[in-house]
Amino acid sequence: MSDVKNLTKGFFKENPTFVQALGMCPTLATTTSAVNGLGMGLATLSVLTLSNIVVSLIRKVVPEKIRIPIYIVVIASFVTIVDLIMHAFTYQLWRTLGLFIPLIVVNCIILGRAEAFASKNGVLDSLFDGLGMGLGFTGALILLGSVRELLGSGTVFGVPIWGKAFNVFTMILPPGAYIALGMLAGLFTFIGIKRKERQKAKSNTEKVKA
Amino acid sequence: MKLFFIFLSAVLVNNFVLARFLGICPFLGVSKRLSTATGMGMAVIFVMTMASVITWLLNQVLVAMGLEFLTTIVFILIIATLVQFVELFMKKNSPALYEALGIYLPLITTNCAILGLALLNVLYGYTLLETVVHSVAAGVGFTLALVIFAGIRERLELVDMPESFKGLPGALVTAGLLSLAFMGFQGMVKF
Repeated sequence: MSDVKNLTKGFFKENPTFVQALGMCPTLATTTSAVNGLGMGLATLSVLTLSNIVVSLIRKVVPEKIRIPIYIVVIASFVTIVDLIMHAFTYQLWRTLGLFIPLIVVNCIILGRAEAFASKNGVLDSLFDGLGMGLGFTGALILLGSVRELLGSGTVFGVPIWGKAFNVFTMILPPGAYIALGMLAGLFTFIGIKRKERQKAKSNTEKVKA
Repeated sequence: MKLFFIFLSAVLVNNFVLARFLGICPFLGVSKRLSTATGMGMAVIFVMTMASVITWLLNQVLVAMGLEFLTTIVFILIIATLVQFVELFMKKNSPALYEALGIYLPLITTNCAILGLALLNVLYGYTLLETVVHSVAAGVGFTLALVIFAGIRERLELVDMPESFKGLPGALVTAGLLSLAFMGFQGMVKF
């Protein structure tokens, strides 16, 4: 049960992008298309899960005072591995993501989870936490990438939806990233507010009935 | 002349925050007040320049030894240590400066603009002088964007915005419009 909770809390309730607003740089920079978002999400997901496992394994031997540098070394090693693997097998994606693959090191989600969760919990819990947070991040990136790709070039994952009929080229450029993410975050807040209002109304009517 | 173009390009055309998406966390985090934004900007210019000079020198050593694949690990460790040293040094030798910049320094370690800049300097194959100019310019560009944005946000708080757009969503849309304005500089310098 707790495994399921560890896994799913990253999807909505503690979504790293929309709720916690962590890791904004790769979110904005790499979501020019749904495929790029997916690639960046998966790269972050693997680094996050692996570093969570290792940090959890070594949590009892790491001295309190120098834990942050040690975590950074662990994370940086996994980032280097992922970087080399992507260079070897997905060269095109590696070229597009460019600078942002080594910059996974300074993604605050990863160090944040290592410090806040993996350094205090067991290996299995940390594994699920890493997977959940990573999937939540990937989902947010795919969503943002799809919206920008659809508005910018009329396709999603390269599949034409309305083709060239309606293209706002700006959406693929940097300003589009800010505006699309701002609109999506506003939408999420709006849904949250509406849900809270409905719950309040519900509890009020129950009170009246009682 | 090339140095001038590097400077102009990093400040306006390829602005670190608005066009390259580096250093978004402090950009959104410490832009609520104009005074803190200036303090943060100064601290970033200072650390950026020091960090990129040191990482440039270290990169020469790494390349000479054929260990380029270690760049990421070495750079991030150097930056983290450097920030700590700068903090200690400033605390001891210039308490006034420490008072002004102190609180922003620990935040800078996780600022991807610093590591991003170090990696970009390697990527472009800049000489030491070009690296220094590029770093100062990147810092100035960051500060410029941060200060403009903080100025807008101070006024934004007085405006009647839709409930769901208060805070982060509104700030993001504002940053988008600012970035749109900076796109006017595109094509000014070709690189």
